[in-house]
Amino acid sequence: MIETDAQSSIIRMFHVHHNYGAHRALVDITLDISKNDFVFITGPSGAGKTTLLKLLYLAESVSEGQILIDGMNLSRVPRKRIPFLRRKFGIIFQDYKLIASRTVFDNVSLVLEAAGKKRRLIQKKVRSVLRLVGMEDQQNTFPPSLSGGEQQRVAVARAIVGDPKIILADEPTGSLDDDSANIIMGLLNGVHIRGATVIIATHDKDLISKTGGRVLSLKQGRLEESAFAEKHYDNSIF
Amino acid sequence: MTILFSKRAVEDFRNNRLLNIITLLTISLSILIVCAFILFFINTNEIMNLWEKGLRVMAYLKPELPDSQLRGLTRQIQSISGVEKVRFISKKEALIQLKEQMKRQASLFDHLDENPLPDAFEVQLSAANQTWDKVEFIAAKIEAIDEIQEVEYGQRWLGRYTNIFNLFKLTGYTMCGIFFMASVFIVANTIRLVIYSRRDEIEIMRLVGAEERFIKMPFYFQGLMQGAAGAGISLVILYVAYLAIASNIEQGLFSGQFHVRFLSPLMLGTIIFISMLVGWFGSYLSLKQYLKV
Repeated sequence: MIETDAQSSIIRMFHVHHNYGAHRALVDITLDISKNDFVFITGPSGAGKTTLLKLLYLAESVSEGQILIDGMNLSRVPRKRIPFLRRKFGIIFQDYKLIASRTVFDNVSLVLEAAGKKRRLIQKKVRSVLRLVGMEDQQNTFPPSLSGGEQQRVAVARAIVGDPKIILADEPTGSLDDDSANIIMGLLNGVHIRGATVIIATHDKDLISKTGGRVLSLKQGRLEESAFAEKHYDNSIF
Repeated sequence: MTILFSKRAVEDFRNNRLLNIITLLTISLSILIVCAFILFFINTNEIMNLWEKGLRVMAYLKPELPDSQLRGLTRQIQSISGVEKVRFISKKEALIQLKEQMKRQASLFDHLDENPLPDAFEVQLSAANQTWDKVEFIAAKIEAIDEIQEVEYGQRWLGRYTNIFNLFKLTGYTMCGIFFMASVFIVANTIRLVIYSRRDEIEIMRLVGAEERFIKMPFYFQGLMQGAAGAGISLVILYVAYLAIASNIEQGLFSGQFHVRFLSPLMLGTIIFISMLVGWFGSYLSLKQYLKV
C-alpha cells in the first residue's frame, strides 16, 4: 500500500520480508514514509518493530523485497558505503547505548568525529546540541553517573548532532518515568519541527495519543493498519 | 585525526592497564633477549676480526737448508697471491726472541747445548686475505713447497671457534624469529582482548556511521605504541646492563685492549622500528580475525 507520492517519500518499502531462520519476523511490508513525517510503529512485543528499524539502518538485511532510503536502494549499497548510509540516521535506543568510558561530550562528538568533521566545528556543534537537550553542564560527566532520563537526553543529542534526515527511536521512553519521557518526546518533536523525519517504535499507546502522528501497526510481522493519531499533548514548552 | 587516534589508543591503554602492562613487559623481555644476542654477536664479531687481523703464517724450514736457497724461497712465497710480506727469522733470532719472552724461566735455557728451533719465514697476509678460509688456503700452498717442513698459523683454534660462533649465530637467528613471532602473537592477543572489552563501543561506532578505518586506527596506534614502548624499555635496561658490565669485561678479559661496543644509533632506530612493526602486525592479525566491519 503506497500512500504518498514517490517525490516526497524518504523511505519506501516494497514487499519486504525478513526471516530469522524459520521465524518470519516481517511479512510482506509495503509502506511509504514522507519527508518530515512523524511516524509511530506500534504493536505488541515480537511484532517486528525493532526488526523493521534494523532493516532501515542495515543492521539486518531484507530476506525479500526492497527498501529505498532517500532514493538509495539498500540492496545495492556496498558494505563500504554502509557507514555513509547510517549518517543519514540518528538512532535512539531504549538502553541508550552510550559509551560508559567516555564523557557526555565525547559520546556526542563521536558522530562528528566519525564523519571526519573539523575539531572546531565539533566543539561548537556538540556544545550547542548539549545546550538544546539541557545537558551542557554535565558535558564532562560519564554516563553511568547520570539518571536514565539524562542518559536518554544525551542519546538524543548524539542522534541529532549530525543533522540527520531521519531519526529512528526504538522504545525511547521505555525505561523512563513520565517526566523524563515527556522531555524526550518534546525533544523529538522539536527535531521534527526543524524538518527531520521521526520514526518511533513503541508499544506505549499513551505516548502515541499524547504526541500524535501517523501510526503503523504491526502484528506478527504484518502491517495491520496505518492511521493518524490526533495529538492530546501540549508540547508548547519546546 | 592522528591526535584523535593517539588519544583513543592512550585511553585504551589506560582502560585496560593491567593487560597492556603485561603485554608491554612481555614485548620488552622478548626484545631485550634479542638485543642482548645482537650485542653479544656484534662484540664477538669484533673480537674475531681483531684476532683475524693478527693472523700470520709461520713456515718452518727443513734443517740444514743452505743459505743460497733462502732468497729463492722468499721469492717463491712472496709470489703466492695474498701474501704481503715475507720475513726470514733465523733459528738464532728465534731463540733470542724466545728467551726474551720467557725471561722469568731463563734457567730453562741454561743447559741448552744446541738451538732446537728451526729457521722460519714469518708470512704476513694482505688485509683482504685475513679471513679464516683464505689463511688456510695460503698456508696449504706454502706447506706444499718442498723445503718447508711445517706450517703453523698460530691460531688454528680460531677456526674451530669460528664454527662454534656460526652455530651460535644460527641459534641466535632462530631465537630472534621465535621471539618475533611470540611478540606478534602476544600483541595480537592483547588487541583481541581489547576488542572484546570494547565490543559494545565498536558496535555503537558502527551505528553512528563510523568507517572501518575510524574504528581500526586506534588499535593500530595501540600496537605501534606498544611496540615502541616495549623497545624503549628493553633498550634502556640493556644500556644500564651494558654500563654495569662492559668495563668489567674490558678490564678483566681483555686488559683494556678491547672496547665493548653498544648498539649504534642506526641499529637502535632499526630495533625500535622493527618493534613497532611487530606491534602493528599483531594488531593487524587481530583486527583481520576479530573485527570484521
